[in-house]
Amino acid sequence: MTTSMLEKEDTDAPAGRLYKRNIMKEAIFKIFRGDKNGGSEVEYKVPVEEGMVVLDAVHYVQKNIAPDLAVRWNCKAAKCGSCSAEVNGKPRLMCKSRLDDFDLNKEIKVYPMKSFPVIKDLACDVLWNFEVNKKITPFTPKGNTDWKMSQRDIDRVQEFRKCIECFACQNVCHVIREHDLKPKFAGPRFFVRVAGLEMHPLDNADRLEALKSDMGIGLCNITKCCTEVCPEDIHITDNAIIPLKERVVDRFYDPLRMFFRKLFSWLF
Amino acid sequence: MSVIDRFEIHEHDVLVIGAGGAGLRAAIEASANGVSVGLVCKSLLGKAHTVMAEGGIAAAISNVDKHDDWKTHFKDTIRGGKFLNNWKMAELHAKEAPERVLELERWGALFDRTQDGKILQRPFGGHTCKRLCHVGDRTGLEMIRTLQDKGIHMGIEVYMECTITKLLKDNGKTSGAFGYWRENGRFVIFKAKAIVLATGGVGKAYKVTSNSWEYTSDGQILAYNAGAEILDAEFVQFHPTGMIWPPGVIGILVTEAVRGEGGILTNKDGFRFMEKYDPERMELSTRDVVARSIYMENKEGRGTPHGGAFLDISHKGADYIKKKLPSMYHQFKELADVDITKGPMEVGPTCHYSMGGIRVDGETTATSVPGLFAAGEVAAGLHGANRLGGNSLSDLLVFGCRSGLYAAEYAKKSSSNLKIDEQEIQLAEKEMIRFFENNGENPYTVHKDLQELMQNYVGIFRTESDLQYAIKELVKITDRAKKVKIDGSRMYNPGWHMAYDLQNMIQYSQFITESAIRRKESRGAHSRIDFPETDPECSKWNNVIKMNDDGSMNIRQEPLSQMSEELKKLFEEKELVKK
Ligand SMILES: Cc1cc2nc3c(=O)[nH]c(=O)nc-3n(C[C@H](O)[C@H](O)[C@H](O)COP(=O)(O)OP(=O)(O)OC[C@H]3O[C@@H](n4cnc5c(N)ncnc54)[C@H](O)[C@@H]3O)c2cc1C
Ligand code: SF4
Ligand code: SF4
Ligand code: FES
Repeated sequence: MTTSMLEKEDTDAPAGRLYKRNIMKEAIFKIFRGDKNGGSEVEYKVPVEEGMVVLDAVHYVQKNIAPDLAVRWNCKAAKCGSCSAEVNGKPRLMCKSRLDDFDLNKEIKVYPMKSFPVIKDLACDVLWNFEVNKKITPFTPKGNTDWKMSQRDIDRVQEFRKCIECFACQNVCHVIREHDLKPKFAGPRFFVRVAGLEMHPLDNADRLEALKSDMGIGLCNITKCCTEVCPEDIHITDNAIIPLKERVVDRFYDPLRMFFRKLFSWLF
Repeated sequence: MSVIDRFEIHEHDVLVIGAGGAGLRAAIEASANGVSVGLVCKSLLGKAHTVMAEGGIAAAISNVDKHDDWKTHFKDTIRGGKFLNNWKMAELHAKEAPERVLELERWGALFDRTQDGKILQRPFGGHTCKRLCHVGDRTGLEMIRTLQDKGIHMGIEVYMECTITKLLKDNGKTSGAFGYWRENGRFVIFKAKAIVLATGGVGKAYKVTSNSWEYTSDGQILAYNAGAEILDAEFVQFHPTGMIWPPGVIGILVTEAVRGEGGILTNKDGFRFMEKYDPERMELSTRDVVARSIYMENKEGRGTPHGGAFLDISHKGADYIKKKLPSMYHQFKELADVDITKGPMEVGPTCHYSMGGIRVDGETTATSVPGLFAAGEVAAGLHGANRLGGNSLSDLLVFGCRSGLYAAEYAKKSSSNLKIDEQEIQLAEKEMIRFFENNGENPYTVHKDLQELMQNYVGIFRTESDLQYAIKELVKITDRAKKVKIDGSRMYNPGWHMAYDLQNMIQYSQFITESAIRRKESRGAHSRIDFPETDPECSKWNNVIKMNDDGSMNIRQEPLSQMSEELKKLFEEKELVKK
């Protein structure tokens, strides 16, 4: 709402909203500042407002204290997946991390995602993820379809398509984080993507061989850490990874099934 | 060694600047037409504004309302735009949107379904049929992901986190672009025979906005500086429903789908005030009308505690809301402590969309600069004085596709030895580096003042004196912006990026204000307190801005092209006389 008629003199009240900004207290942030050659925590004091999130605090620092503080963001509403970081050691979206969920008597630490090389401050190099995505066989529709699909049949695929590519799951998965098996392992985000393709009612491609070899789905030992951090509440392990693993096992390791499958290949 | 050799150089037939819906669709089409394509964007791939679109995409595929057709969609668009639209664009848009949506499905998009398994459509403001194809309230995510996954398999070269700061020309024709990598601040040159601008909107010039840091009118100013024309800059859409509490979330969008699904607006007394302003269409009136209504309720003292209105959808039941509006449910629950399945949201207008922008040819999307094309929010014409919800996503696909096609065709015919002008490069470099030698203020301080000014003086309601005041203030802000001082290195330095963006925002703010001064009437999104009526005479022209040879700004009123006789028949006689 414009203030041109309501509140022209009150320049600090956001546009016509007739309330006072009440500054409740101050929070102490320790933010990582540095680049690939190293860095250190820098302390910033930030005034706290009602409903504030960690990204607001980072923006406060950027606007008032350190304009060269690097951070990624776009939507500020948990829709774009740009603002992932580690807040007090936990991977989260900064725009969804409310300050009133933290003990403000203690400092809040903000670090870039650990599993990717840092570029500067809170921005890190996530390019690898885009490379993995390129290798996945794209949607390949069946021939001769009338494109009718029932809502029930697409519900589970729509769950996977909610992914906002925040890469929090990639960041937290120990196969990447501790063992850095990146070239051999595609990571939970891309199992979700493959699940979305494999379970699309009209898709006709086969990605099981790729899942087993190039994408290394066998390296996942179902710790479910990825599911815990997903801001979109996608049941990554239960709904995507486990069914995919089952399909891979069926295909490659179950001789009896394989025998029948060969015998009745026209059925599958 | 020539000046150019100092720089990293990439070469493509077609360079697409912007990787939202319009840019991706353009790149796909150009690539499908057999030319080499580069795609540049400021953020990572998949993070452009398009990802945030919620409510849906408008296309008359008539799955729900069988009587819908392109003519009805066309009429709705023209009426919504208060007859100021480029009718050719509105016609092509209405005719081609269905095919573009179905094509998305063939590329893997999964829209919500009807009972009989087809794409489901929902009602939206100003659309007389249920027309918006959607995926809950995350339609933009579905769209951008589908385009992205299609595009990466077509051999399109993507340059992420790279900002273009200047378009280059050879003998008056497009020859390339100059920019910097956000990551390390190094400069880069792109040689290209044709360029498609798909850089989006301008909303960051306002304080309360649904737009992200990317919306700094870069494309509009790149084009203007290259000699292209700017059309109808005064029409800035204020979406009636943005969040207004708590402070950190002010401006974040509350999708129109809430009203599309049956949401009700009331004032502090519980009165459903749209009865008063538009009894026929009620909450599903056009955005300009609803935004003004909420404003009036507040002005007359019936606003809600934080200066807005209540929007209630809770009567639909928790299951339905969580299924059809999941991200709204989470947004309010997590950011505002409000459970929208139990009670109302508090909402107020937020700066949302720019109907104005680069003037293009309605069929080819060509600008007046040879080899330069524009599509998506950065281009003007389709939406006239007011955009209907859902008509942007369809715009991106229809004209993104057209721009890719015509840019590829142009590139194929163009000579292959276009030159890059060394002097232009040196100038472009200097313009960026100079900030480090300055001694002025922090760029964020100047930005804050610009936003305050535009919000308060060039907002929903405008008057001559406010606008004149804004013009004077903008001169001062321009001066301050030139002197902003940047600390630190060129490595991933948002302050430095802002210093450049600021120049664009201020220049475009001038365009908005100058155009608003000349439109002495109220029409669509442009409301003048001193000229409250719509003036039929003013439906006959557009504001057109172009740079003079001496670098100064030229603004003139140009006659609107006349609708074909065929299309005129779709409207009633009296509508056409009194527009
Ligand atoms: C919250 C929200 C909800 C919306 N909901 C809907 C809806 O339901 N239906 C609907 O029809 N419309 C909706 N809209 C409007 C619609 O989403 C936008 O108008 C549309 O997405 C714009 O698309 P675009 O392709 O033109 O630009 P964008 O998607 O914004 O992409 C712009 C691109 O240009 C790049 N860029 C910009 N400047 C430069 C530069 N200097 N150098 C290099 N790259 C640059 C950016 O990085 C980005 O990649 C909504 C908008 C918002 C903000
Ligand atoms: S469940 Fe698998 S993919 Fe997910 S975090 Fe554990 S090991 Fe990684
Ligand atoms: S699956 Fe969830 S955690 Fe992983 S990238 Fe997508 S949204 Fe983020
Ligand atoms: S800014 Fe988009 S997810 Fe946080």
